[in-house]
Amino acid sequence: MKSQNLVGEIVSKPYKYGFVTDIETEKISKGLTEEVVRQISAKKKEPQFLLDFRLKAYKHWLTMTEPNWAELGYKKLNYQDIIYYAAPRDNEKKASLDEVDPKLLETFDKLGIPLTEQKRLSNVAVDAVFDSVSIATTYKEKLAEHGVVFCSITEAVAEYPELIEQYLGSVVPLNDNFFATLNSAVFSDGSFVFIPKGIDCPMELSSYFRINSGDIGQFERTLIIAEESSSVSYLEGCTAPMFDTNTLHAAVVEIVVLDDASVKYSTVQNWYSGDENGVGGIYNFVTKRGHCRGVRSKISWSQVETGSAITWKYPSCILQGEDSVGEFYSVALTNHLQKADTGTKMIHVGPRTKSTIVSKGISAGKSLNSYRGLVQIGPKAIGSKNYSQCDSMLIGDNAAANTFPYIRSQNPSSCIEHEASTCRISEDKLFYLQSRGIGFEEAVSMIVSGFCRDVFNQLPMEFAAEADKLLALKLEGSVG
Amino acid sequence: MINSNSELILEISDLHAQVEGQKILNGVDLQIRSGEIHALMGRNGSGKSTLSKVLAGHPAYKVTNGKVLYRGEDLLGFEPEERARLGLFLGFQYPVEIPGVSNIEFLRVSTNSRRKQLGEEELDIFSFEDFVDSRLKLVQMNPSFLERSVNEGFSGGEKKRNEILQMALLEPILSILDETDSGLDIDALRIVAGGVNQLTNQDNATLLITHYQRLLDEIKPDFVHVMSSGRILRTGGSELARELEDSGYEWIENELPKTGES
Repeated sequence: MKSQNLVGEIVSKPYKYGFVTDIETEKISKGLTEEVVRQISAKKKEPQFLLDFRLKAYKHWLTMTEPNWAELGYKKLNYQDIIYYAAPRDNEKKASLDEVDPKLLETFDKLGIPLTEQKRLSNVAVDAVFDSVSIATTYKEKLAEHGVVFCSITEAVAEYPELIEQYLGSVVPLNDNFFATLNSAVFSDGSFVFIPKGIDCPMELSSYFRINSGDIGQFERTLIIAEESSSVSYLEGCTAPMFDTNTLHAAVVEIVVLDDASVKYSTVQNWYSGDENGVGGIYNFVTKRGHCRGVRSKISWSQVETGSAITWKYPSCILQGEDSVGEFYSVALTNHLQKADTGTKMIHVGPRTKSTIVSKGISAGKSLNSYRGLVQIGPKAIGSKNYSQCDSMLIGDNAAANTFPYIRSQNPSSCIEHEASTCRISEDKLFYLQSRGIGFEEAVSMIVSGFCRDVFNQLPMEFAAEADKLLALKLEGSVG
Repeated sequence: MINSNSELILEISDLHAQVEGQKILNGVDLQIRSGEIHALMGRNGSGKSTLSKVLAGHPAYKVTNGKVLYRGEDLLGFEPEERARLGLFLGFQYPVEIPGVSNIEFLRVSTNSRRKQLGEEELDIFSFEDFVDSRLKLVQMNPSFLERSVNEGFSGGEKKRNEILQMALLEPILSILDETDSGLDIDALRIVAGGVNQLTNQDNATLLITHYQRLLDEIKPDFVHVMSSGRILRTGGSELARELEDSGYEWIENELPKTGES
């Protein structure tokens, strides 16, 4: 008869995105120097202001020390042992998909992200980033008809330098934190989105990040600008091959939202998480921040974090505009020796600003899963409101869950609510489902996805089903 | 009710079981044939619920001796979900709440697992809605319960009706109803009992676990068994239940020599 131990085996399904694409890659030499920063900028034929931005960041980074307050206990990274730029040899961005190396198209096909015209997701435009460069962006022309710009950040630098100069680093300043500053110095590629005044973006926009080389760091940079009364829903997905070394992924995402505009940013993160002994896997040290600059502006972050050896990120909202709204919906699943320290910061600056935080952490194996969040209500944020709900589910006896809520309120007219709970996946719930003919593994994933329902309901349709499947896959054989 | 061509559905011989190291069942013998309704009575802690959990395959209960044949096959060799697919149904005394899992989706997955076993076509969302509609009437349940999470925020009576709804959808061969009457007011009891009565026929069998005569006024048992210290002490017809109602359990327990737990 199956014992409860089996519940412990369900999270260890082999990682199916662990393959490496055999393609000739151009890499610059290892290590980080001013020369490397100049080389990256030169390869991208960047204007002077951007080179200056990078160099300023680099010089500042040299004065910074790596943070350790999260006590994630990872081995110190050797920043001189990382390659800061890698690209498929033939990396000129192609005018049409027919000219893109079929091996690259095949890679994205295998990942379930068909880029070729006929198989494209019908209502999603995709920007595909392979190692350090964007290889293709679909539906560009159709979006252009609406004035929407969706392209790689490299293209944006060439075509819309004034927008880049105005907004880059305006939400996450180049001296913000150790990893964001590093990113500002060496960022390679990423996506750029511009939604003009009054436009509701006619389709979902999506970026797909793929790390292929083992010894490179991926430093993508994403910038989203939503002008007055516009709206967009943006999705981000990530995978990487299995290597027994740790790869650094230090991305920066900046979102600027003006009056009455709204941006919904969803992530399904499935970077390689290392093996069951904790060997290999991605260090996902990411800075994501949105700025509700305008009145009644809105930013909604949804994330499903299942991968990476270590995830360290806090997608945040600065609620400056009056009546602006920030939301954070998160599912983080950890297994084996994975560590996740994730949450959000809601900085209420303007009057009557509102924020909602819903976090669901699931820890299996010997993993550690922490929610860490800040709700700060400033002196001028009169009549502001926050609601936070943080739930943890433990699978097995060796996993750990923490909740670190930080609350600071500087005015008496605001209202802050915080709820937290911890539960175990109970034998009785499993037995109930099994006694109705539902198989053990299906019962586990049913209970877990029920636990995450509030968050899944926030994901775009295309992603919700995907997230459900991903969770079931990660949980297979993990429960115990 | 009883006919000689009936099939032997359940045959329990000398069943011993324990939970967390504590012996609860100490040699249960019981036979149930198709078309029969059995009532199992006894004090709290006599082993009634344990027997139901063991039959359904709860992992916390360990069988230490004896055997159970279900339609001629070794029941204890099957996983809980396989037993359910083969037509064994346990109506829970305390149905659990499963937040975030929609009741209708749960019912559909469950129903399809049984249909698949029977070689019947699995039902898609739309045809399942029609199917479940026809069964809701049986337990007078409001369709709005289908859209809620499984048992979440249901009253005691609603949970029990949801159990009988599941029984109606799964069309089991053997239904074990563990104190389905507990916590029900008289109207809810009639509805639940009415549902069970409509579902029993010559091809299936029911084992009712109860403390009270009042359920047996609504569902007429063919046999009544009295359990004590993990064993069936006495078996009789429905008159036995009435005697118990009048005189309690003590006279039976005193009448037979106590063997104590082995």
